[in-house]
Amino acid sequence: MRLFDPHIHMTSRTTDDYQAMRAAGIRALVEPSFWLGQPRTSPASFLDYFDSLLGWEPFRAAQHGIAHHCTLALNPKEANDPRCAAVLDELPRYLVKDQVVAVGEIGYDSMTPAEDKALAAQLQLATDHGLPALVHTPHRDKLAGLRRTLDAVRESALPMDRVLVDHLNETTVEEAKDSGCWLGFSVYPDTKMDERRMVEILRAYGPEKVLVNSAADWGRSDPLKTRAVADLMLAEGFTEDDVDRVLWRNPVAFYGLSGRLDLDVAPPDATHEGNSLARGGE
Amino acid sequence: MTHSTDAAAPSLDALRDHLDAHPDPAAREWCRQALAEAADHPGGHGPITAWELRLAEAGRRCGSRHADAARVLILHAAHAGTAALTRVYRQGTAAERRAVLLALPHLVSGPDALPLVEDALRTNDTRLIAAAVGPYAARHLDAHSWRHAVLKCLFTGVPVDAVAGLAQRAHADAELARMLTDFAAERTAADRPVPSGLYRVLALAGPETRKES
Repeated sequence: MRLFDPHIHMTSRTTDDYQAMRAAGIRALVEPSFWLGQPRTSPASFLDYFDSLLGWEPFRAAQHGIAHHCTLALNPKEANDPRCAAVLDELPRYLVKDQVVAVGEIGYDSMTPAEDKALAAQLQLATDHGLPALVHTPHRDKLAGLRRTLDAVRESALPMDRVLVDHLNETTVEEAKDSGCWLGFSVYPDTKMDERRMVEILRAYGPEKVLVNSAADWGRSDPLKTRAVADLMLAEGFTEDDVDRVLWRNPVAFYGLSGRLDLDVAPPDATHEGNSLARGGE
Repeated sequence: MTHSTDAAAPSLDALRDHLDAHPDPAAREWCRQALAEAADHPGGHGPITAWELRLAEAGRRCGSRHADAARVLILHAAHAGTAALTRVYRQGTAAERRAVLLALPHLVSGPDALPLVEDALRTNDTRLIAAAVGPYAARHLDAHSWRHAVLKCLFTGVPVDAVAGLAQRAHADAELARMLTDFAAERTAADRPVPSGLYRVLALAGPETRKES
């Protein structure tokens, strides 16, 4: 079984997690830039974080045979802090990097004017750089947040089919699916979505454009939730092809819209050639 | 200087041959254009030069097997000096930083780019460490830093073949021999294996070693 976690914050996870993920079949992941729990106070700490997502974290992942890509953005929560907003001016030089496969996480947290502005600006940046966008839906007032998110995308130059709307649930899936966007579900131990509800949603809405992630971070979360969903899908009568579609081919297709997904990974060899990584083609 | 024969230091011609052998015609053409553009427009206009964009996208344009060669040749074609190399390194991904380190011996004659080598040697990323111990480090790192670089390679699993000028710089280096002996003793006391490259370097550094080339 090959699995792709399309949303996980490995910066907050240990090497034990990497090892367990690889053993569970996870061969690729995307790490979206997000809030670190502790608020940042300057663009400089964003830049060090971005550098880490383009340097150290892929190195760690490769040691466990996992391909690591990232999405970069000013997250919605910190878009409200004027001390951090200047990071928007730095993003263009980062969005050209090889391992950046989307702009994200963008979207709404409290639905403020500052968030409107950051979301619009970053949807435009995605368009300008030929990247899709990973858009988070808010924890609070989710359905209203989804509608405002979809409106923002419709007002932007980025086509809806280049947008992954994440953290969906039973109340938001239908409107999101009708919009034509890609559908992301974060499976958590006890909040956003669990594997049983996920399987029910797959049964009701089908696997098309559905991506399942663990969104594991520094909070109560589980980096093996993609595997848990795969196992339950099989137990509930879905085929291996269904599992492969939702947990491998869909994320490959979505992030592949960037033209930058490179899925062949070998542990870094330390010779002068260094690059034993073959080009991905799946 | 015998560095050109080091395994750690492919010549520019070898890099060109590697790129010319790329199986994908589109990638070969991209490389050709990127190198011509860098040579024609090495200077800056706007917030980022065109060749820096090519440097960033080299991995996806010509594949990760050929990205090092493409990036080093782009830097060379653009005649990137210490200031440009420092900027690219600081703003680069690990892959771009690696290319800057590999390009140093071809582009910087004096020691002024040493802070980049020192930065890379502070990391634990073996891709960067291996690129940092090339001919530029062999030429310019002071004895203390160079010995620690060798030890760091042994610690992190970078083969000592990556260390340029190893035989020359290690020759009859009593302090390096002491450090290696102590490291081997520490590993042995802990019942852990001694890295295989250690005894090779120790043989070079020991007093009985005769110079060979």
